[in-house]
Amino acid sequence: MPNTHAGADMGIGAETDDPLVREHRIKQQAAQELRRDAVVRIVRQTVTFVVFLGLLAGLYTGYKAFGQAIDDRQHDWAVVGSVLPRTDDLNMPPVGEIFGQFLETPGGQNQIYVKILFDEALFTLREAFAGFMVGLVIGMAIALALAQWRRIEQGLLPYVIASQTIPLIAIAPIIVIWGRKNFDVFPWEWQDWMSVSIIATYLTFFPVAVNGLRGLQSPRPENQELMDSYAANWVQTLWRLRLPASLPYLFAALKIAATASIVGAIVGEISSGVEGGLGRRILREAFNYTTGPDRLFASVLGAAVLGIFVFLVVTGVERLVVGRQDRGATA
Amino acid sequence: MNAIDIRGATKVFNPGKSNQVEALAEIDLAVEPGEFITLIGPSGCGKSTLLRLIASLISPSTGTVQVNAKPAEQARLDRDYGMAFQTAGLFDWRTVTKNIELPLELMGWSKGNRRRRAAEMLELVKLSDFSKHHPSELSGGMQQRVAIARALAFSPSLLLMDEPFGALDEMTREHMQDELLRIWKETGTTVVFVTHSIPEAVYLSTRVVVMSPRPGTIASTIGVGLGDRSAATRDDPAFFRKVTEVRTALRKVEE
Ligand SMILES: Nc1ncnc2c1ncn2[C@@H]1O[C@H](COP(=O)(O)OP(=O)(O)OP(=O)(O)O)[C@@H](O)[C@H]1O
Ligand SMILES: [Mg+2]
Repeated sequence: MPNTHAGADMGIGAETDDPLVREHRIKQQAAQELRRDAVVRIVRQTVTFVVFLGLLAGLYTGYKAFGQAIDDRQHDWAVVGSVLPRTDDLNMPPVGEIFGQFLETPGGQNQIYVKILFDEALFTLREAFAGFMVGLVIGMAIALALAQWRRIEQGLLPYVIASQTIPLIAIAPIIVIWGRKNFDVFPWEWQDWMSVSIIATYLTFFPVAVNGLRGLQSPRPENQELMDSYAANWVQTLWRLRLPASLPYLFAALKIAATASIVGAIVGEISSGVEGGLGRRILREAFNYTTGPDRLFASVLGAAVLGIFVFLVVTGVERLVVGRQDRGATA
Repeated sequence: MNAIDIRGATKVFNPGKSNQVEALAEIDLAVEPGEFITLIGPSGCGKSTLLRLIASLISPSTGTVQVNAKPAEQARLDRDYGMAFQTAGLFDWRTVTKNIELPLELMGWSKGNRRRRAAEMLELVKLSDFSKHHPSELSGGMQQRVAIARALAFSPSLLLMDEPFGALDEMTREHMQDELLRIWKETGTTVVFVTHSIPEAVYLSTRVVVMSPRPGTIASTIGVGLGDRSAATRDDPAFFRKVTEVRTALRKVEE
């Protein structure tokens, strides 16, 4: 027996009369169950995800095998080879080769492909993250301004919405050119990747502003009256009521914004010619498609993984910050 | 010095607009320190509006409202009163303890003092076992008790309560009434309490204020004077006589 405490616990048994001890035991049990539930959930989610990926790969391979079997080059079948892609290795590289590509060393390189993709993903992630953070700040600033001054809300909101209809591909090169020529007002030297970040900012600030506004306005009137009854000032009310109440709304926006900022960074790289990230990689592989189609597929997979990664990070931060789901001001 | 002094107060919402509402007409009311006043009257007669005027959450259209011999606005800034609304209005992202600490935080209390006071208040409303729970894990009655603990936490000299027990079942309600009376006696706070229940008004208060339908005026005030309350009070003929008196007064204003 290592200590008396364990002995005491065992000695009390289930039918103890001491309510404190009983409550303690119940609490311990509940905590244990909670931990077990969390593990079970993570395992189940992971298994589901892997099974889903397997199904997808199976579908892809099955369709390819079907197309090959009926020889979609000979017949012009109504669907296979016309609406759906042809199934030869150029149009649909085998799954095995796509994944095999990750471990191969491309000509003229001294690293395996997955390492190259990883480095480029980091580059894109940096662009996206910088833009995301700036977009978060700008979005919240707009949400606060809109929440504070009703008149601004009516005046500014149409422009915020209109801003999202400008095609990204058009503005990306403009921003890079401006960045090279004009952005010397900043205390640091303007880098091309920062221009790409602006695109990520552009995609982030909008959902943050719209959802942030809804969240900041979500407290019920009596919650506001309570703060007024304490003579709480604007900052105190913001910090203790409006911001916490807005968090569930905000995180819903951040999940969209995180993946959108990755897409924005990739599109920005492609249309602006910024070197070093996944967007540039995808463009290059598209040019070299005829000699290595599996590499394009692999690089696109890399982009998808990056998108999932940032989504999971935001979800994790939400768990930490908000704790349990749907916490709001109760009635 | 009166705890509350209202002179010729009126309240018109949205004046001059098509949705103009004349909520209160000419209210005069003086409340002495330590009194327990209940406001009773038909729905929409302006009870909540009157309470909000005292709390300086809205300002009167005409007339004056004074609390502790200063303008209501100043009393609010000085945090002279605690308020409990019809809905508990707890913040669900805060634990029970942190909810009670909210006003203390705003008043700059130190962490240790806040913890100590919150523990005392939880003791008072008999919820010590739930200090670390979140409001959504509590029953409606328990939430309401937390809200009362929060309103009392900084020992305000005035307690404003808007149908705080409205959502409770009869048993919990009677229990809460006894708790409130105990707290009132222990702390010597002045209470203004809004209710729809005649027995509740009679059981709790030193004075019942009966209001007329909109635009609200004070139709009559009925002194209760039943002495210390106990379980026996609810069966006391004197208690029933007061209930009848208040009911008669209410019938009269509704005609
Ligand atoms: N902010 C407001 N704007 C416009 N009208 C209001 C406002 N608050 C209250 N009123 C109106 O004033 C009148 C009195 O409302 P109040 O809430 O004070 O009544 P009450 O006596 O508390 O009613 P109940 O017993 O149903 O709670 C009602 O007609 C209501 O519609
Ligand atoms: Mg009311």
